[in-house]
Amino acid sequence: MIKGNFIDNLPKIYGIYTGGFIAFILIMAIGEQMGMTSKAIGIAFVGFTIFIYALIGWLSRTAQASNYYVAGRSVPTVFNGMATAADWMSGASFVAMAGGIYFKGYGYMALLVGWTGGYVLVATLLAPYLRKFGCYTVPDFVGTRYGGNTARLMAVIVLTVASFTYVTAQINATGTIASVALDIPFQYAVYVGLVSILLCSMLGGMRGVTWTQVAQYIVLIIAYLLPVFWISNNIGAGFFPHFMLADEVARIGELEQQFGFVKNSAADLATVPKGLAGITKAHSEVNATPWAFISLALAMMMGTASLPHVMMRFFTTPSVKAARKSVGWSVFFIFLLYSSAPMLATLSKLALIDPNLPTGIIGKSIAEVQAIDWYQNWNQANLMFVSDFNGNGTVELNEFFMAGKAVVLATPEVAGLPYVISGLVAAGGMAAAMSTADGLILAIANAISHDVYYKMIDPKAETAKRLLVARVLLVIIGFAGATIAAMEIQGILGSVIWAFDFAMSGLFWPLVLGVWWKRANKEGAIAGMVLGLVSGFAYLIWVRSGGSGFLGITQLTFGIFGSTVSLVAMVVVSLMTSEPSSATQKMVDDARVPAGQQVITQR
Amino acid sequence: MYIFNTFNLSQNGYGFASYNLKREVYMAKNAQHWEKTKGLLIVTLVLWAIFSMGIFLFGAEMNTVTGPFGYPLTYWFTCQGSLGFFVILIFWFAGRQEKIDEEFGFAERGDK
Repeated sequence: MIKGNFIDNLPKIYGIYTGGFIAFILIMAIGEQMGMTSKAIGIAFVGFTIFIYALIGWLSRTAQASNYYVAGRSVPTVFNGMATAADWMSGASFVAMAGGIYFKGYGYMALLVGWTGGYVLVATLLAPYLRKFGCYTVPDFVGTRYGGNTARLMAVIVLTVASFTYVTAQINATGTIASVALDIPFQYAVYVGLVSILLCSMLGGMRGVTWTQVAQYIVLIIAYLLPVFWISNNIGAGFFPHFMLADEVARIGELEQQFGFVKNSAADLATVPKGLAGITKAHSEVNATPWAFISLALAMMMGTASLPHVMMRFFTTPSVKAARKSVGWSVFFIFLLYSSAPMLATLSKLALIDPNLPTGIIGKSIAEVQAIDWYQNWNQANLMFVSDFNGNGTVELNEFFMAGKAVVLATPEVAGLPYVISGLVAAGGMAAAMSTADGLILAIANAISHDVYYKMIDPKAETAKRLLVARVLLVIIGFAGATIAAMEIQGILGSVIWAFDFAMSGLFWPLVLGVWWKRANKEGAIAGMVLGLVSGFAYLIWVRSGGSGFLGITQLTFGIFGSTVSLVAMVVVSLMTSEPSSATQKMVDDARVPAGQQVITQR
Repeated sequence: MYIFNTFNLSQNGYGFASYNLKREVYMAKNAQHWEKTKGLLIVTLVLWAIFSMGIFLFGAEMNTVTGPFGYPLTYWFTCQGSLGFFVILIFWFAGRQEKIDEEFGFAERGDK
């Protein structure tokens, strides 16, 4: 059936895969009609998809360094776009983002703008030049451009801090989904998630991660779009929700007016389980100051351009030109999901609060709501809660609470879709969280194995030994991440945003100026990374411990402070010390020209 | 002898000048290529700044206007408008940069 070279056959292979996945959904739908239990469907969806990813991971096993680190630099533009989109769209995007929009409205939609706009910076400032450099990892660029082990090591430290913060959130998300779908306690579910993640990345490194990420993108996009379209058609909102929900958005505004946002007393709120939120913000009104919106968007955009697991995806393209195009495809595939998140939030909220819809619960009696199946399930998982604060016997808008991360997962059930859709959504969320966790764990392990072990400790190491070290590190970092995730320190969305701030504090300017300012030197880069990361971290601790902050910079945007310190430190120190050697300057010149040999030759 | 020397000198001189000339032309070509690249960068980043930050300075005012498909305008930009614009902007940028590279003969050969 498949003849010739693997790369040429990609469209066919993934076409068959997509068809197979749709057939699997249909089989499950038939199974549900014939009396398959919801638990069995959940297990089948999550289990089957993880099995497929593990199979791809096994088929992509490799013993070559260039395959392990950069997938042999042979990933075509469009497929790299899909892989990047899966790498990018994490458990936070899939599970938590629509929930954030649902509860916080406009203020959180800065994330949609920030998490797509950042790619303009990636495409223009960094990706093509780092690709031309020919590095295996982001610290590899810093180490080569600025020279010396100190700069390289600092880059590894910033990368690890940022990526590790991020990866715990992803493992947390895989744990949440696995615990709901497989019906096991969260503490164990976290490790189920971890083992699945390692299955994809351990044998094939970047090559394995690339081809599983493409497969995961296909699952997650089907799982996200299908319910949005289905619910929209179900409640008669229009067959193409993105263009047709204006009336529904306006209707939510009307209902908000009608119900009013009643403020609950502190004593009442104390009875609500931890982590649940109520609907307290207008759906489509501008409820944040321009600076609050812009600063969050800016922090996310600069963070995007500094996160190593994204940057290293563009090291896998066959050419510089392909790297640029591939950024465009990445944002296109991300756009498909992000533009649907507000639509999902709209439909989900309307289905729940509109008394004219059969699924609406506002205005129904408390006892009636408490008897609903899905309410009982989600309430038991501590993700949903109603309480009759005013004692009138009916559920009011201010008496309903839900965890942000439950919005996407629970919506199909709330809107009365068959359970097969919930199983599909669980598989999609799992794909999103796994694909990002894979990329992140690989970024950390590769940086430590390539930059610390190979480049600093044992430059003569054989390929086999290098790859063994890389795989052992992968397992250690994965387990460390899972252990911290099991402690549940910060919510999914919160830790993801911190990761962006850490990354931009330490890495944004050293990367950008490395290409765009020839005068930037080693001393400047080290000062920029150290002072940027330390000052950003200090600001976060200060604000977290009750500090008032300044200029409206919050714990979500502390990277703006960190990166400004980093920029100033880097420019001042660079100018105070001698200019980089002519060899370094020539290297920068070479990186600026797309044609010709890579700047670094890898062994 | 004299002729021989002159011949030799001119040969050396010619060779050296040609090397220098080639290098200068190459450097000038590099510099021009980089100037154009920087110009494109500035245009792209200005457009990026407008659609990612600039318009949201007027978020509250803009939201009273009805935008495409009947959504409030600011809401539409955060859901679809700005996001879609970035996709188009990056492809446009990639295309323009390829033109610049081709103009100076810096395009890569043999890739898709």
